[in-house]
Amino acid sequence: MFVSYNWLREYVDLSGIDAYELAEKITKSGIEVEGVEKKSEGLKGVVVGHVVEREKHPEADKLNICQVDLGGEAPLQIICGAPNVDKGQKVAVATVGAVLPGNFKIKKAKLRGEESNGMICSLQELGFEAKLIAKEYATGIFVFPNETEVGTDALEALGMEDYILELGLTPNRADAMSMLGVAYEVAAILGREVKWPEINTVEAAEKASEIISVSVDAKEDAPLYTVKVIKDVKIAPSPLWMQTKLMASGIRPHNNIVDITNYVMLEYGQPLHAFDYDRFGSKEVVVRRAKEKEILVTLDDAERKLTPEHVVITNGEEPVGMAGVMGGANSEVNSDTTTVLLESAYFAGAAIRKASKDHGLRSEASSRYEKGIDPARTREAAERAASLMAQYAGGTVLKGTVVADSLTIEPAVLSITLDKINKIIGAELTADEVVSIFERLKFEVKSENGEFTVTVPTRRGDITIEEDLIEEVARLYGYDNIPTTLPVGAQAPGKLTAYQQKRRQVKRTLEGAGVYQAITYSLTSEEKVSEYALEKRDPIRLAMPMSEDRSYLRQSIVPQLLEVLKYNLARQNDSIAVYEIGSVFLSNRKEELPDEKEHLAGALTGLWLSHPWQGEKKPVDFYVAKGVIEAVFDTLGLTQNISYQQAKIHGMHPGRTAEVLLNNESIGFIGQVHPTVQKELDLKETFVFELSFEKLASVDVEPINYQAIPRYPSITRDIALVVDKEVAGGKLESIITDAGGKLLKEVQIFDLYEGERMEPGKKSLAFSLKYYDPERTLTEEDIAKAHEKVLKAVKEEAGAELRG
Amino acid sequence: MQERLQELQAEAIGKVEAAADLKELNDIRVAYLGKKGPITEVLRGMGKLSAEERPKIGALANDVREAIAVTLEAKQVQFENEAVAAKLASETIDVTLPGRQVNKGNHHPLTRIIEEIEDLFIGMGYEIAEGPEVEQDYYNFEALNLPKGHPARDMQDSFYITEETLLRTQTSPVQARTMEKHKGKGPVKIICPGKVYRRDNDDATHSHQFTQIEGLVIDENIRMSDLKGTLEVFAKKMFGQDREIRLRPSFFPFTEPSVEMDISCKICGGKGCSVCKGTGWIEILGAGMVHPRVLEMSGFDSKKYSGFAFGMGPERIAMLKYGVDDIRHFYTNDIRFIKQFHRHE
Ligand SMILES: [Zn+2]
Repeated sequence: MFVSYNWLREYVDLSGIDAYELAEKITKSGIEVEGVEKKSEGLKGVVVGHVVEREKHPEADKLNICQVDLGGEAPLQIICGAPNVDKGQKVAVATVGAVLPGNFKIKKAKLRGEESNGMICSLQELGFEAKLIAKEYATGIFVFPNETEVGTDALEALGMEDYILELGLTPNRADAMSMLGVAYEVAAILGREVKWPEINTVEAAEKASEIISVSVDAKEDAPLYTVKVIKDVKIAPSPLWMQTKLMASGIRPHNNIVDITNYVMLEYGQPLHAFDYDRFGSKEVVVRRAKEKEILVTLDDAERKLTPEHVVITNGEEPVGMAGVMGGANSEVNSDTTTVLLESAYFAGAAIRKASKDHGLRSEASSRYEKGIDPARTREAAERAASLMAQYAGGTVLKGTVVADSLTIEPAVLSITLDKINKIIGAELTADEVVSIFERLKFEVKSENGEFTVTVPTRRGDITIEEDLIEEVARLYGYDNIPTTLPVGAQAPGKLTAYQQKRRQVKRTLEGAGVYQAITYSLTSEEKVSEYALEKRDPIRLAMPMSEDRSYLRQSIVPQLLEVLKYNLARQNDSIAVYEIGSVFLSNRKEELPDEKEHLAGALTGLWLSHPWQGEKKPVDFYVAKGVIEAVFDTLGLTQNISYQQAKIHGMHPGRTAEVLLNNESIGFIGQVHPTVQKELDLKETFVFELSFEKLASVDVEPINYQAIPRYPSITRDIALVVDKEVAGGKLESIITDAGGKLLKEVQIFDLYEGERMEPGKKSLAFSLKYYDPERTLTEEDIAKAHEKVLKAVKEEAGAELRG
Repeated sequence: MQERLQELQAEAIGKVEAAADLKELNDIRVAYLGKKGPITEVLRGMGKLSAEERPKIGALANDVREAIAVTLEAKQVQFENEAVAAKLASETIDVTLPGRQVNKGNHHPLTRIIEEIEDLFIGMGYEIAEGPEVEQDYYNFEALNLPKGHPARDMQDSFYITEETLLRTQTSPVQARTMEKHKGKGPVKIICPGKVYRRDNDDATHSHQFTQIEGLVIDENIRMSDLKGTLEVFAKKMFGQDREIRLRPSFFPFTEPSVEMDISCKICGGKGCSVCKGTGWIEILGAGMVHPRVLEMSGFDSKKYSGFAFGMGPERIAMLKYGVDDIRHFYTNDIRFIKQFHRHE
């Protein structure tokens, strides 16, 4: 909503308050002023001139040589290229030295040999938006009414010496969609009065009801419908002051009749529509729901297919307007119109919203109806418009208003106590202060023993409960004046849950290990939705996706991270290690919420270590990635609970992928992305993992319990075992650990050999075994016994031989 | 004899001073202080001396030995120091060459903002509540005073999956769920961070997925002044003590009265610039007193309990705090972007 400061002064006294102060006060009291603009800011030197002579430029077809009287001694010669410039016009002249928008300075010039001492301006050249300029001046210069005085300030005449406040209205403040509504708000803020427009209509003897009748079938949609008839109007431009006010409010001027309906709508917030009575097609107005497939050609010449969900104004036969949205072309006011049928109605918001949405039509009228208008103004707005039509279109207002009224208007009466107000606000207002606030709002209030009975005017349909009244009091009392406190009462310490703590620890572990956190989209494409999913369920598709790329809810994170790698590699970021902790979505039955599982996924590619000048370079490999998740398991205290087994997973390298098991239950995988997938995505060797974070975080681990630092020396034995290539090192390790007994404290693999010195199909794995007893120094005998058990076990269970 | 000893002392010390290395020093030691050395030789002739002179010469001989030994020792230390210095000099490295980099990663900037806010409120006694990203229409809208047909819940703005389920458009359903779990008993004091979704085309200022963090306090006697105090603590901590704060009335379906909070613009210091659209203020959050209908719907007696709620967008906060100019950066995960949020500030 655009509000002209100068226009607003007609409804409320603004003396002593400039536009910027006003904006600040309005914002602080509840309606955000998103901007204040002075239209003439930075402009100067534009005056009204009189074109006393015009002739064609001898050298240029499209140029005119004009002699323009600016009120000085002699007319000035100005070259003008506008097609509509003519002798006798009053025009806006930017004189030499003038400044136009964009800091465009006017200088003396020669155009094809002819001197030009300024510029005759179009409205666009003065900074008006093209869509606000009346059609007749859209492609040429603007022409002032003849009575405009030569030499006066053209910016002032065009209403540009004004400030426009842009109000950002929240949906509840429909009351402020009119000048009067804003005036009430400002009056409440400043404690001043509202001045209503004066209406002086002289009605003719002829009754409107003699030439028109109204009936409403759709009573719920149109509980109040009124028409007035204005005869003998002469269609002409509306007065300049009205046009400039419309433009300041963002509405393009058309002609006096249409402009008056818009002007009064801006004043009262009551949308009005003018039909051409002679083209209306009957003597009755019937308001009803449209019939299936009924057609209406609207003012914008678009053919609208209607349904019974839309409300139409008809002439008894066919639609002549879509109620509250837009009129029909068939009954539009045009330059031949002499009799106007003026509609002022109250339509229900829901019906208008539906029609406006279905047809993609949001008009000034529909947006007011959608949010709710004040039914108490419906009749008065019509009176006001009729009187203006008499005054500015020479019309004769027929006697009376033809009405179909089934509306009961009852202002809300609410009670509230002083105690409640103060308890919610946290302030100490007195009863008098509260009464004064309601009075400033022009709400009728009765105060008795700390209880207020408030009658809320119908213009404030947003106020329905006690809390709404509290807000009114609070905002006019001033949020600035509310004290600053903190909640009192039982104070419990805040904390993270164990799960949340684990999630934070895991993030820190990963980041400490050199992996960066990524956050990717939950929505993905059909191709990717189930790739790398840990669990197969039907994918979940959005009912109305915006694009196929974002149409499904992801079941895994790895594909999103591969996208991240691809994006980075395409930008020469070659070494990337990222992780994400986030939800994946697994469907349940229809209408049941899906299972949301939190996963931890990672993707690594490029160099892991690089120290160029010492020649150190270590690319990421399987074991780097594995080391990263081992650090996570260690942080969670789960090292002993985790095991790995070779696995084949779609999209993964068949020889370099492991399933990760937590207490022997699969919780995810780790490995190299399949080379064909790498190639498709333009990735180099890439290693990924995806794990169920929920399962990892769900294991309760023992509290940390101090273990005595060894007091006796340990003894280390190294062994190299020859086994079949298929025997997993991890398996050998666990056989050794199990067989070594309680003296064996540590087993470490320190060498793997699969070279040519081995028998085909065999490999050698070397282990370092550390024995120790916290109670005493071990003897050779003790160790020999334990070691023997180890060797026996690996031979029996894995066919391992000591390497000679 | 006395003269001979003094001569020997001078001679030996002269040689020590002239010695070039440890080996020469050793030779001098053996030559002068050894059992076959000249001092021993001199002492052997002591028999000829009177009983009176003998101890004098004996003492002198010891002094001479001592003097030579001390000089030898000093020279030896000097040689050793020189040798160590030479060795260390040969070990000199270029200390200006770069160190071996330690691998490190860091939080995504949104996590950084969210954890900072979480920690601030945990310190004030809040708990962190989380909930599903796919929600029932009831929790996302109805329980928050947005009945079906309400203009603020246009189908066009939300990603519905079925008629009754959708991707949550706000984290407020977590508040509704938490309130319901409390079965009408306060206090409730929670912070709800999480991902939310809206049907927006991705551009510099819109993202179909973004994050929100909301707070809710319900208890007996919760006042607007408590909300104001809480938000001030938050804003000063988050944006700095020097920033001014402004509360102004606003509208949200689930709060009444409603509030929006602005902080003074850092760029222009409140004078007005393009970032703050000339107002000198930047909007950072919405808040209000929990609407009585919302309390009732979640099982709280609105006569007994009152509460406040607030909500904000970590993306917006990060954009303001770090000067990020395009919201899409948060989701493309360009490593050069994420790496910028690695350090303390
Ligand atoms: Zn600024």
